[in-house]
Amino acid sequence: MFPSAFEYYAPKTLDEVYGLLAQYGDEAKILAGGQSLLPMMKLRLAAPSVLIDIGSLGHLSSATETAEGLSMGALMRHKTIETSHWPHYPLLRETAPWIADPLVRNRGTIGGSLAHADPAADWGAALLALGASVQIESRDRIRHMALEEFFVDLYTTALEPQEVLTRIVIPVPATAATFARYLKLERKVGDFAVVGVAITVSLAIDGTVAQAGIGMAAMSGVPFAAHQTESLLVGRQLTPALIKEVSESASQEGDPESDRRGSAEYKRSMARVFVERGLSQILQQWESTQSA
Amino acid sequence: MESRKEDARRMVSVTINGEMRQGLAEPRTLLAYFIRETLGLTGTHVGCDTTSCGACTVLFDGEPVKSCTVLAVQADQHQIDTVEGLETDNVLHPLQQAFWDNHGLQCGFCTPGMLMTSVALLQKNPHPTESEIRHGISGNLCRCTGYVNIVKAITDASHKMQKEPAEV
Repeated sequence: MFPSAFEYYAPKTLDEVYGLLAQYGDEAKILAGGQSLLPMMKLRLAAPSVLIDIGSLGHLSSATETAEGLSMGALMRHKTIETSHWPHYPLLRETAPWIADPLVRNRGTIGGSLAHADPAADWGAALLALGASVQIESRDRIRHMALEEFFVDLYTTALEPQEVLTRIVIPVPATAATFARYLKLERKVGDFAVVGVAITVSLAIDGTVAQAGIGMAAMSGVPFAAHQTESLLVGRQLTPALIKEVSESASQEGDPESDRRGSAEYKRSMARVFVERGLSQILQQWESTQSA
Repeated sequence: MESRKEDARRMVSVTINGEMRQGLAEPRTLLAYFIRETLGLTGTHVGCDTTSCGACTVLFDGEPVKSCTVLAVQADQHQIDTVEGLETDNVLHPLQQAFWDNHGLQCGFCTPGMLMTSVALLQKNPHPTESEIRHGISGNLCRCTGYVNIVKAITDASHKMQKEPAEV
């Protein structure tokens, strides 16, 4: 199998990328790690006439951590994130090992995954839970956008034809006691999620929830944040009773579709189980740090 | 438009198994086919051609990747290692020997990919646990062995390589 013919460019600077985008506009597709785009092109589900390979833009493959947050270059590979250590952002390391398989993770990038905007993708859920925003650059401007606004629809983002997603920015969590889980139901290794649930919780010293993020994969036409459930958690003590209550709530948020991976009812049910399981593990982990 | 196909071919230079090689490739040529058909190294297998099976795994700048999901032009000026590069002076790489000794293959189709993934795995983690091995090879499918002997082979190789560190 091979894709339809296309012209290939491998620009060395963002300026060159802008020039190519100005010339070709929406005929062009940006190639990052290629682990979603190339399979789609091989299946002829995508047939861009121009491919702009941004793999040579080295400055987009590293991260900077400051007091305000973590800024990750769009070309950071899943594997790099999996093996990086950012104690304030445990959800990143929780999520990365669940993406596709180790070989794909060696090549695929976080920015490519977000720009592909698959509603079942793991990064979408995790980064929504983390309240991330994206940096989008074009020749004329740099804009920042909440990730939630970036995901417009199925495989559709707010990126305009002249623009490139350059960075992902995660704000520093409310407290240092931040715990996270990513729970994913997959039919086999490497598959997209039947359901994925990303949870990050920051606890105050007295154990009340200072901040909560819950993102869901495959629970809607876009990656989805369960805001109602998050707000049920904030300001309250994490207890088994509260966990029960919020997991019910979480399963009612979102609008999953029945498909070959499972019925909508099954997905809701699994979302409830995962929220309950994830929060219970977090509660346990917090309790063990308290008694230690 | 008509002439695009011809004009679009470009020279791709790779260092493959330590040797500088070059060949012409259309931008849409996938690395697996470039390696097999242009460079003539048919040890790299194409199994599913849909990023699932890992039979086409090669090392790209030292990292195992599915070469059916990389364009040959993306590999220009990069380093590629394939299964042909494992053996030195007619002596099998310890992993190859261990696959042989432990019946880590039956039909052998997945083996080149399994070996390349395992080579990288043992470079990063010379003493993997069984669980680490199983996770490590989870992007490579084998339809014959049930994986048990593959895991055994990789474990065996890790022990032997510890005794006599081999160059890869």
